[in-house]
Amino acid sequence: MVTEEEKIFAKNFNIEDHPDVPARLPPHLELQRTRVLCKNDAPIHTSSVQYSGAYKFVGVDNSVKLESFSENFRVDVISEDGMELEFDMIGIDAAIANAFRRILLAELPTMAIEKVFVANNTSVVQDEVLAQRMGLIPIAADPRLFEYLSENDQPNEKNTIVFKLHAKCEKGEPRLKVLTKELIWLPNGSELIKESGGSTSKPRTYTSFSRSQDSFPEFANNPITPSYPDILIAKLGPGQEIELEAHAVKGIGKTHAKWSPVATAWYRMLPEVILLKEFEGEDAEKLVKACAEKVFDIEDMGNGRKKATVARPRQCTLCRECLSEEFGEPIVKPILKGEDKSKREWVDNVALRRVKNHFIFKIESTGSLPPDVLFTEAVKILEDKCERVIAVLS
Amino acid sequence: MEHGSFTNDRNASFKLPQEDHTLANAVRFVLNQDPRVVSTGYSIPHPSLECVNIQVQTTGDPAREVFKDACQELMLMNRHVRSVFEKAVADYKADEQERLKEAKEALKDQMESMDIEKNN
Ligand code: SF4
Repeated sequence: MVTEEEKIFAKNFNIEDHPDVPARLPPHLELQRTRVLCKNDAPIHTSSVQYSGAYKFVGVDNSVKLESFSENFRVDVISEDGMELEFDMIGIDAAIANAFRRILLAELPTMAIEKVFVANNTSVVQDEVLAQRMGLIPIAADPRLFEYLSENDQPNEKNTIVFKLHAKCEKGEPRLKVLTKELIWLPNGSELIKESGGSTSKPRTYTSFSRSQDSFPEFANNPITPSYPDILIAKLGPGQEIELEAHAVKGIGKTHAKWSPVATAWYRMLPEVILLKEFEGEDAEKLVKACAEKVFDIEDMGNGRKKATVARPRQCTLCRECLSEEFGEPIVKPILKGEDKSKREWVDNVALRRVKNHFIFKIESTGSLPPDVLFTEAVKILEDKCERVIAVLS
Repeated sequence: MEHGSFTNDRNASFKLPQEDHTLANAVRFVLNQDPRVVSTGYSIPHPSLECVNIQVQTTGDPAREVFKDACQELMLMNRHVRSVFEKAVADYKADEQERLKEAKEALKDQMESMDIEKNN
């Protein structure tokens, strides 16, 4: 017969609350869980341990609760200059950090040239190549102010930006470079007249703007231009000419890389370099010299003794020069008959590791939005994705 | 869309159209962290299909609820990430401004002291 009291006890009983059960992992497992170990042939323990019950057998809970995540998550900004942003993201799993990176590259909208109407092109760059080059020009316009142009839509002031380009190299002149600063924004839309049957009807152009983009408060005193004025589009020889109109629309990097808002967005895990023995005197100097990234420094210990220290582990590129035989401890083994005597083995005196939940994140914007805004937008997109799934399920 | 059985709601797979590794891998991570989940994984049936299948097996709770909770949790995590990030950037920018001002003042001081020397 089970009493009510026993039932309550059984319900509240949790083996992990028991004082004899360890709440922390033994050090070797903790190392495997939190670090990638970089050996001289390959890195090991590269995957993150995700399953909540992975360490059940030693009585440790591996689950991440929202509260503990919130407590431990940290962001340190390293540098920011309006186009590039470097920050440390600490206490997050690669699965989520990677989702941010993927969204930054492929799912954030920007404006890019999608249609090019060539009126005249006598340059050596063929029309289609020219159009492809124009598409890749980053445009400094906030995509949040525009709408997507869907298939049945007319291009209008809310979904299209029109640029004009007219460059000519006169006869007898030296060769002319056509740069992006020659792209002129047409706030009133296209100026090219569409050929139409009836001559009585009003001439139609390739866009149907109902008002000038000038009248938008965002663009009033702030004309839309390419992000950089000095990107080369084409070179013209004497007598050659380019006259065209380019229409930029909103899109995402998944459709075409020209809509990617970042030159690149990437992360790396924080390197951790540890000296397993004291490097002194000549050894220390050799070690400092071996590292091209200047990770090690020499510390004076007084009375002429010198010691190597790890001064800048962040710089480590994992070239593994410091894991070479020169810095290892030889293993003395009896040489068997027929074995190659030149083949010696050694153990490393330097440990190279990567911290699995510490990401050095770098975002290089192409100019449509500052990188910090890009990141917040990326996080918002992941939030929206979750919301959509929840909405479908409930 | 859910694929499961009527008699046993512990196991189910969910087909998410228009999604890829971005969401699936993040959700799989959150699902794995949930003690109610026995096993979970995702697959993209074919590279030319724009969808991903996420499979969930639980210890007893309905898979649908567990999956929904995971999405909820991921969303809250993101919200937290965003607020922490915004604060960190704002702090950095404020610091930077401070530093710029100090540098300017230091420069001005230097100039002034030079002037005084000249006057002497
Ligand atoms: S791996 Fe290369 S960069 Fe890193 S500490 Fe060793 S020598 Fe330096």
